[in-house]
Amino acid sequence: MRNFLVVMGHTYLMKVKSKAFITTTLITILFLFLFLNIDRVFGVFDASDPANSTEQHVVVQANEAHYAIAEEQAEEKLLMVVPTGDAEKGEQQVLDGEADGLLILTEASDGSLEAEYKATSTPDNHERMELTTWVDQIHSKHMLEEAGVGEDFQQLISAGIELDFSSLQQDAAEHSTAEERSQTTFLVYILLFVIYFSVIFLGNMVSMEVATEKSSRVMEILISSVSPEKQMFGKIAGIALLGLTQFALIFLIGASSMAGRFQEISTMTGTEMDGGEELFGAGTVSLSLIGYAFLFFVLGFLLYATLSAMLGSIISRIEDVGQATGPLNMVVIAGFVLAVFGLNAPNSLIVTIASFVPFFAPMLMFLRIGMTNVPFWELALSIGILIGTIALFAWIGARVYRNGVLMYGKFRLLQDIKRALNMYK
Amino acid sequence: MTLQLHQVTKNFGEHTAVNNLTLSIPEGEMFGMLGANGAGKTTTFRMIIGLLDPTNGTIRWRNAPLSYKNSTSLGYLPEERGLYPKLRVVEQLLYLGRLRGLKKQEIIAEMRVWLERFDIRSYENVKVEELSKGNQQKIQFIAAVLHKPELLILDEPFSGLDPVNVEMLKKAVHDLKQSGTTIIFSSHRMEHVEELCEHLAILHSGKPVVHGNINDIKSSFGKQNIRLKTDFDCRFLENIDGVMKYEEKAGDVWLQVTKDYVAKEVFAALQGKGFVRHFALEEPTLEEIFIEKVGMAYA
Repeated sequence: MRNFLVVMGHTYLMKVKSKAFITTTLITILFLFLFLNIDRVFGVFDASDPANSTEQHVVVQANEAHYAIAEEQAEEKLLMVVPTGDAEKGEQQVLDGEADGLLILTEASDGSLEAEYKATSTPDNHERMELTTWVDQIHSKHMLEEAGVGEDFQQLISAGIELDFSSLQQDAAEHSTAEERSQTTFLVYILLFVIYFSVIFLGNMVSMEVATEKSSRVMEILISSVSPEKQMFGKIAGIALLGLTQFALIFLIGASSMAGRFQEISTMTGTEMDGGEELFGAGTVSLSLIGYAFLFFVLGFLLYATLSAMLGSIISRIEDVGQATGPLNMVVIAGFVLAVFGLNAPNSLIVTIASFVPFFAPMLMFLRIGMTNVPFWELALSIGILIGTIALFAWIGARVYRNGVLMYGKFRLLQDIKRALNMYK
Repeated sequence: MTLQLHQVTKNFGEHTAVNNLTLSIPEGEMFGMLGANGAGKTTTFRMIIGLLDPTNGTIRWRNAPLSYKNSTSLGYLPEERGLYPKLRVVEQLLYLGRLRGLKKQEIIAEMRVWLERFDIRSYENVKVEELSKGNQQKIQFIAAVLHKPELLILDEPFSGLDPVNVEMLKKAVHDLKQSGTTIIFSSHRMEHVEELCEHLAILHSGKPVVHGNINDIKSSFGKQNIRLKTDFDCRFLENIDGVMKYEEKAGDVWLQVTKDYVAKEVFAALQGKGFVRHFALEEPTLEEIFIEKVGMAYA
């Protein structure tokens, strides 16, 4: 046990003091800070750039009735009247830069409206969408009026209808409103990304560490004083601690920055708002979700770190690390892609199946817990399979590691693993 | 006999690295392991310290198998030298020392004694990658002996060192032996083994072709050399029974004879032929024994 702690402590301390760790942590924190304050960052640029103003100056060429509807539906758009039949004047205004575009509304023979938009440059997607919605509204209003529908009914139609979702299972109440649901999706997405990123980043760190010790040939001294198993797991534990340190730092800074912002907003608006609760939606739900994220991070890390350590132990040169861990990284990436796809379809069969595959389970089972209601037995089964797989690979990994660290030569993945296992006999 | 290898065999797939090796290494002695490259020295060492398990046979240290439980009484300098290039000497030794069960203060104190001894006291806080190869090797040696091991295994400890450093390290090894450490070391430099060891084994293809006390080995080798300088032609000596080899080198004549009495016959045959400037009977060198034994095994 003592040697395990010595290896763990050494790995942790040497990494935590390293320039690489300090730099990546600072950069991550900087990015996080920018991300959390992204609106302000854009605000700084927007304020000084009039082109980014959301207002569009559109001149409308239409008869009076149509123009009245257009003005009514226009909301923030600033309109200028151009009498019917004077298209040239309107176009001139656009060309002179007095307006962004010219909307021409004409009535077709069947009573419906036809619309045409003229501008000096093609409107971007956002502008197009706004204009389309606006014209749609004008058209609906026009048609309803033509049909003689009363003002009250018109309002009811335009108000639309809200579809209420509810689950027959009691504990599902948490996702009932659309707002909460989108908050959960956002949180799941963030945490998925954290799991994905950390598993890749820390897993590669493990294989780099092992490969460095091997290529510098310090390995043989190490394993003559401490068993390869203890060394391997001590190293994995040390790097896990490192990862947790990094997350703790990022989390603290992220949370305090968010809390600060909410306070600012609440003093501005004069309303009472608790930063943490707002950030994490309905408090307890999110806390348990973060708990699950932590659990699946630890399990996912253990699985991939064990494999990374094994792979690191069979290569002789640091240059081969990429080649050896490449397939493993592909699996993690595949899991992440599947999870991102699953965010929109958490109930699909492929997501359900993948959530039991140990390599994908850390991300996909977590996704399912966040987005759907997973029966307890499914969760337990998935975690059970995952832990079983970790134990299996730890067992194989320790054996490969033990002999892999003594093997030098050209790197061939499968032959090397086989060779390392044979040496043990 | 403290370290005993009994009928030890190690196979790597089809290849047999060590073949039915039986050795006894007495406590407090310095034991030399000789052999050409690939003879099985490193594999034997790795089996002794438990990095590899023998395919067959047993290895016992003080009547018990060696394992990580007694790794604190074991010191090992591997043939492939390596340290963490980015760590300072002191960080390096602290880590390796702790793994051998030492406390920080003990390590620092012991380290300073050794750095002083090797004239590299000022390198305590220098990164290993900035040290010369010879100095890195000294640091590795310190790492192997920092915890005062009872059994010390040195795989090619002197290779790659300049003569001054070889002497410095030889002295250190000798002093450790004087203080009671059992030392096994390998080398393909015969003169180092001849100078330091009472016992030795010559391995060839994983088998000991010679094994035992160095004086016994030499006397039982059954061949001796005669160096001769005369004023007359002595080619006739070739015809005496028991003279194996006749060579003329730089004005000297070298004879190799099988037994003591052949030397006496040679001496007698010289009587009355003329003036003999030099006649000396010399023991075979380890190098001759090595070349003969290993060469024979090749043939």
